[in-house]
Amino acid sequence: MSRKLNLRERYQRMTRDLAWEPSYQSKSDIYPQMEFEGIKIEDWDKWEDPFRLTMDAYWKYQAEKERKLYSIIDAFAQNNGHLNVTDARYVNALKLFLTGVSPLEYAAHRGFAMVGRQFAGVGTQVACQMQSIDELRHVQTQVHTISHYNKYFNGFHDFRHMHDRVWYLSVPKSFFDDAMSAGPFEFITAISFSFEYVLTNLLFMPFMSGAAFNGDMATVTFGFSAQSDESRHMTLGLEVIKFMAEQHPDNIPIIQKWIDKWFWRGYRLLTLVGMMMDYMLPKKVMSWREAWEIYFEQNGGALFEDLARYGLRMPKYWEQTIEGKDHITHQAWGIFYNYTHAAAFHTWIPDDEELDWLSAKYPDTFDQYYRPRFEYWREQAEAGNRFYNPTLPMLCQTCQIPMGFTEPGNPTTIGFRASDFDGNRYHFCSDGCKDIFDNEPQKFCQSWMPVHQIYQGNCGGATVPDVLNWYHLNFGVDNFDYAQSPDRQHWQQWKGEPAEESDAPDEAA
Amino acid sequence: MQIDIKTADIKPIRNTFDHVAKRLGKDKPASRYQEATFDIQPETNFHYRPLWDPEHLLYDRRRTAIEMEDWYAFRDPRQYYYGTWTITRSRQQDHMEKNFAFFEKRRLVDVMPAEWRNKVATLLVPIRHAEYTANLNNCYMSAYGYGTAITQACLYAGLDHLGIAQYLTRIGLAVSDGDTAVLDAAKIAWTDDETWQPLRKLCEDLLVTKDWFELFVAQNLVLDGLLYPLAYDRFDTAISRHGGSALAMLTDFALEWFGESSRWVDATLKTAAAESDKNKAQIEQWANAWGTRAIEALTPIAMAEFGGEGEATLAEIRAELITRAKKKSGLDLQ
Repeated sequence: MSRKLNLRERYQRMTRDLAWEPSYQSKSDIYPQMEFEGIKIEDWDKWEDPFRLTMDAYWKYQAEKERKLYSIIDAFAQNNGHLNVTDARYVNALKLFLTGVSPLEYAAHRGFAMVGRQFAGVGTQVACQMQSIDELRHVQTQVHTISHYNKYFNGFHDFRHMHDRVWYLSVPKSFFDDAMSAGPFEFITAISFSFEYVLTNLLFMPFMSGAAFNGDMATVTFGFSAQSDESRHMTLGLEVIKFMAEQHPDNIPIIQKWIDKWFWRGYRLLTLVGMMMDYMLPKKVMSWREAWEIYFEQNGGALFEDLARYGLRMPKYWEQTIEGKDHITHQAWGIFYNYTHAAAFHTWIPDDEELDWLSAKYPDTFDQYYRPRFEYWREQAEAGNRFYNPTLPMLCQTCQIPMGFTEPGNPTTIGFRASDFDGNRYHFCSDGCKDIFDNEPQKFCQSWMPVHQIYQGNCGGATVPDVLNWYHLNFGVDNFDYAQSPDRQHWQQWKGEPAEESDAPDEAA
Repeated sequence: MQIDIKTADIKPIRNTFDHVAKRLGKDKPASRYQEATFDIQPETNFHYRPLWDPEHLLYDRRRTAIEMEDWYAFRDPRQYYYGTWTITRSRQQDHMEKNFAFFEKRRLVDVMPAEWRNKVATLLVPIRHAEYTANLNNCYMSAYGYGTAITQACLYAGLDHLGIAQYLTRIGLAVSDGDTAVLDAAKIAWTDDETWQPLRKLCEDLLVTKDWFELFVAQNLVLDGLLYPLAYDRFDTAISRHGGSALAMLTDFALEWFGESSRWVDATLKTAAAESDKNKAQIEQWANAWGTRAIEALTPIAMAEFGGEGEATLAEIRAELITRAKKKSGLDLQ
């Protein structure tokens, strides 16, 4: 008798049922990475498929989205859509995105292919494989979308080469290298849970909302198109944690350690995004502080209340992020303002209206600690002394951001921590980064530290221009203040705006 | 009369990314395939050795014995990036949906002789487990392979194999009026029946093969290259002669896919073999060794399908594969 299977049964038959118990080879040879992290899985069948997609449905939905997306990208290019953005300064946010974030989509693609092969349960494998190919979609559609901007603006032109080399790009790169070089359970906790589930609203969405607010129809279309993929990925993240937690009580302390680590790694990485939100968007979406309150303090807080029943608690040092939300973006923009001669995007001092916005959004800190600094730098720039810092900064061994963050409770003192390992001393920006190192010193002593590498002579030479050349960064074009940039000149020509007088690039840098 | 629409004169300052321009020889507009593919994988300055493989870098050329000066020498003749891949598959899927609907609506299952319906259930449906192995193997190549040009196509192939495993599941249900017992029986055959044990052993051995390019040769050239002609092409022909031609509607995707995928597999092997005599000899050695094993593994299945003509059918299929490898990839197989 003909009988229709329900969705759950159908998925079960189409996917789970494909696997069998091997007997010619041992399971531990087929899945050799299942043991070494100490995670205990007693029954892979307890895995709840977070989304029950078979390939037929996957192809159908995804193809529909691709057709729409590419027709909009084509129209955008044909109509010189880049002329509709609020201001050419906005494009610098996209430069940070293509050089810093898109390569992470690629890393996620490969990382999920790894775990999609390594996990010993077929439901988990298929969920990871689908995420792997989604992430490939994301990097490719981002490259295709931003390809148009590359034709009209500088700083995009060698994004892959730069990602492997440029100092600040080692922050996102080391983040994913760290996750991928860990075992499969740590990888998926790091990326699916800590990153996708807890923090994605603070990475992906600010860029996409920023695009929407600033007239970038191509990027916002990509963002909408990726949204349904992202929500699948978030669902996977939560399932992963629940599954591991429910499989064995011994898993809990391991998971907690990973949550602590990856929350802090993610928080540091997101500094770059927060800086983008507060400083690089001509039309602001919301402040970093507001975003952190909504997406971490409220949503994250509720999530961890829910996870308390497994014995999981809020990530260690989360309190420091509550204080930090008033500081980190201003400190980061200060760092990039100092070193923009060595960056593939431009910086600038916010105009008066923007400074007032920052004062209003950061009433407890901005006027007291940061506004005077920016006003002083502006004064100096107007007097012909635009400041570029000629010495190289010390980097945190873990997050690799220059050591410019201040001590908790003391916003005028830079935080320093250090650990000794194997006869060397290593330096950190914070307790969180020091703890991460101390838990795995043999791993983090390997970090490819851009500044050390420059001093060791591995980056093209001894002078700044040598290093920039090695980065494939076009001197005087990709770098320096926005005020003197060819991007700005082009923009003024295209928009028919009168060119303002500006200082020549500061060759002293 | 000519009508000129006035537009602002906005000239691009470059046509594509530098790494793409370098491969094209000059800065000129690039295709979406090129921009989505060239040099997209990280190359250098990795931060940490993998805990699961400290001998190697995160991305490492030395995970295979095959050596390439440039791992982006590979080109997918189909020029698949995610968008073109998924749109192509969705079109094929639309077509297959109609085929399944037609098969069910017209009750074509009723015109299949019972003997051949049974053969579909016992000789075609268990192959879904081999397709799942192919899914995992291509996922492995995508994970540990080198260079986006080849690794992206491996993941497309991996998910294609999952799709084919799922079509086989649907075929099982279609010829049994939705009775899931057919799937249970096929799985028991796969794990216990003598007919299937050599193929299952081969699949499990593939799952522990470490060299990803060896796996590419063994799975994508050899096993696919023998199994598809046997299980789909020859089997379809035989069943058609016995009143079961409707089956071809349900295996259409698999056969069309095999033809398409072979173009990519052949082009990939041609490039790798043309690189050096060492590569060529290595690929031939792998293909011959796995070829012998695959023939052994498929023999009981061919015998069950074609009785006394089973071995001859398989020999013919192997000869075709040898000819194909010579003609399309310049390989000398035995």
